[in-house]
Amino acid sequence: MQMNREDLLRAYRTMRTIRDFEERLHVEFATGEIPGFVHLYAGEEASATGVCTHLRDDDFIASTHRGHGHCIAKGVEVQGMMHEIYGRRDGVCGGKGGSMHIADLSKGMLGANGIVGGGPPLICGAALSAKIRKTGGVAIAFLGDGASNQGTTLESLNLASVWALPAIFVVEDNGYAEATSSSYSVAGSQAARAAGFGMPCTEVDGFDFFAVHEAAGAAIDRARQGGGPTMLHVKLARYYGHFEGDATTYRAPGEVDRLRAEKDCLNRFRARVTEAALMDGVELDAVDQAVADEIEVAVRNAKAAVMPAEADLLTDVYVQY
Amino acid sequence: MSKKSYRQAINEALRQEMRRDPTVIIMGEDVAGGAGAPGEQDAWGGVLGVTKGLLAEFGRDRILDTPLSESAYIGAAAGAAATGLRPVAELMFVDFLGVCFDQIFNQAAKFRYMFGGKARTPLVIRAMYGAGFRAASQHSQSLYPIFTHIPGLKVVIPSSAYEAKGLLIQSIRDDDPVIFLEHKVLYDTEEEVPDEAYTIPFGEANLTREGRDVTIVAIGRMVGLANEAADRLAKQGISCTVLDPRTTSPLDTATILECVEETGRLVIVDEASPRCNIATDISALVAQEAFGALKAPIRMVCPPHVPVPFAPNLEDAYVPSAARIEAAVQSVMVAQKKAA
Repeated sequence: MQMNREDLLRAYRTMRTIRDFEERLHVEFATGEIPGFVHLYAGEEASATGVCTHLRDDDFIASTHRGHGHCIAKGVEVQGMMHEIYGRRDGVCGGKGGSMHIADLSKGMLGANGIVGGGPPLICGAALSAKIRKTGGVAIAFLGDGASNQGTTLESLNLASVWALPAIFVVEDNGYAEATSSSYSVAGSQAARAAGFGMPCTEVDGFDFFAVHEAAGAAIDRARQGGGPTMLHVKLARYYGHFEGDATTYRAPGEVDRLRAEKDCLNRFRARVTEAALMDGVELDAVDQAVADEIEVAVRNAKAAVMPAEADLLTDVYVQY
Repeated sequence: MSKKSYRQAINEALRQEMRRDPTVIIMGEDVAGGAGAPGEQDAWGGVLGVTKGLLAEFGRDRILDTPLSESAYIGAAAGAAATGLRPVAELMFVDFLGVCFDQIFNQAAKFRYMFGGKARTPLVIRAMYGAGFRAASQHSQSLYPIFTHIPGLKVVIPSSAYEAKGLLIQSIRDDDPVIFLEHKVLYDTEEEVPDEAYTIPFGEANLTREGRDVTIVAIGRMVGLANEAADRLAKQGISCTVLDPRTTSPLDTATILECVEETGRLVIVDEASPRCNIATDISALVAQEAFGALKAPIRMVCPPHVPVPFAPNLEDAYVPSAARIEAAVQSVMVAQKKAA
């Protein structure tokens, strides 16, 4: 898919929104005002954005613990997300899901997931639903290198191949499952695993938006045309800990500073589009400013917003009981 | 109306709902059987033949044989339910819950609450439960208390062919995840079952006997045994109410309490392991809400706290029997609460 200027601006804005959203949460979490656990996606923006720019509202994604970026890339409203992460009544899940379970089915976002490997089976179902209802839709499971070792993932790769489902498995390999390196925990390789299930796998540089965009576009087109599932093995890095509060002592000294300086996906995107004279720095700076303003407003509103009413404790368990 | 077996009643419910609603699909291990094989298609129709014959009418697009891969396909059923289909997934033996529980209790059951009331997950998981087939510890359990414990799930346990058809149609039309548990010993039992589709609402207990002395609450296959015991007790001059809750979630607490208020004595018959089962749950309910009405201690008729054994004599000793129910009722007729 060829990207025009408008597409490029939208992609940049999405990546910048994710980055600012997460950098701001990092700061706000430290104040103690955000309840529960938060797992930040900063550094991995090119993956969610490169994949989701191809998607429609009736395409489904399932996400991970680290789900904010996937939500934003799939079009979930930033203010509703911020409210949700603060546990507010007007959150996208009414304050009942929080960071780890944030979802918006109207946008095709089947949820972050508190269970590692929870998403791939669900995506087989969403893909089956699209296939049976003949919507032309696809379903995409984002999963980490940690989840790649779960039985649910391996069973889902098999099922997706057996049923030739319009499903894509995006393995976001940030090098660490919690505090354990994927070089220790993943036997063999992701590509060989995909091949074992008769599924093509593309190795993708996850610091490069354009590489992700191209690989995802090919996989999604193939799935839409009935060509079956694909795995994308996206190598990238997270800038923060597994969760906020993780001291990340397992990482090499200076590792994140080097990544930020040398590989950052937003810097690379800017360099690429300005060098190609597709856009200039002034336009991109204007996006940065607009996003900064949006996040500032979202945080301010969330802090001032009301909590759920106590009566909400008992609602939304069943459609009818 | 004609005589149908429990198995036929379930098959007919599935067929009628699939005809009525094109989003209803069936998936499971060998629900047809023979996929990709050189021989007969629809070779099994489910391991005990419950879905036999549906393949010919609905085809492989809607009758989906799965790999032996419960995590993937039970999860897929949940995902499909959240995105526009009404899957009826067959878990075969409920004991296989152990390999796919996450997809049921952390995913399907919680979508609606976690997502602030925006999800609908019209999923039915059918599974066989119960002892009596000499199938031993891993194919004989009565695991409904585990499902009943989980908010977001509904749990349906039909006690006869008539009940099975009406409750299954209700389950398929329901918009929440439903666990529908079929007792394998009941498959060949027969009774009059209407030919047309009908529903039985959840949370409305069925009184199968009405009496004045003792209330017997029985679950699933135990309802038939409780009726048998009640008929014998009637000849001894002891008159029993027998109550089939039909669903353990929702549970018709109002009718249970009403019956206990009337009779003052309660025996609960539950095939599940005795700790934290439906019998203990109902006991707690009655102790809290109807203590003053009790003329005798509550008695629970359950298996011992052991896995289901293999040897036929041991299995027979394990499962509650009509004789044990009869003895329990006799004991509460004798026992009196100590005066305060």
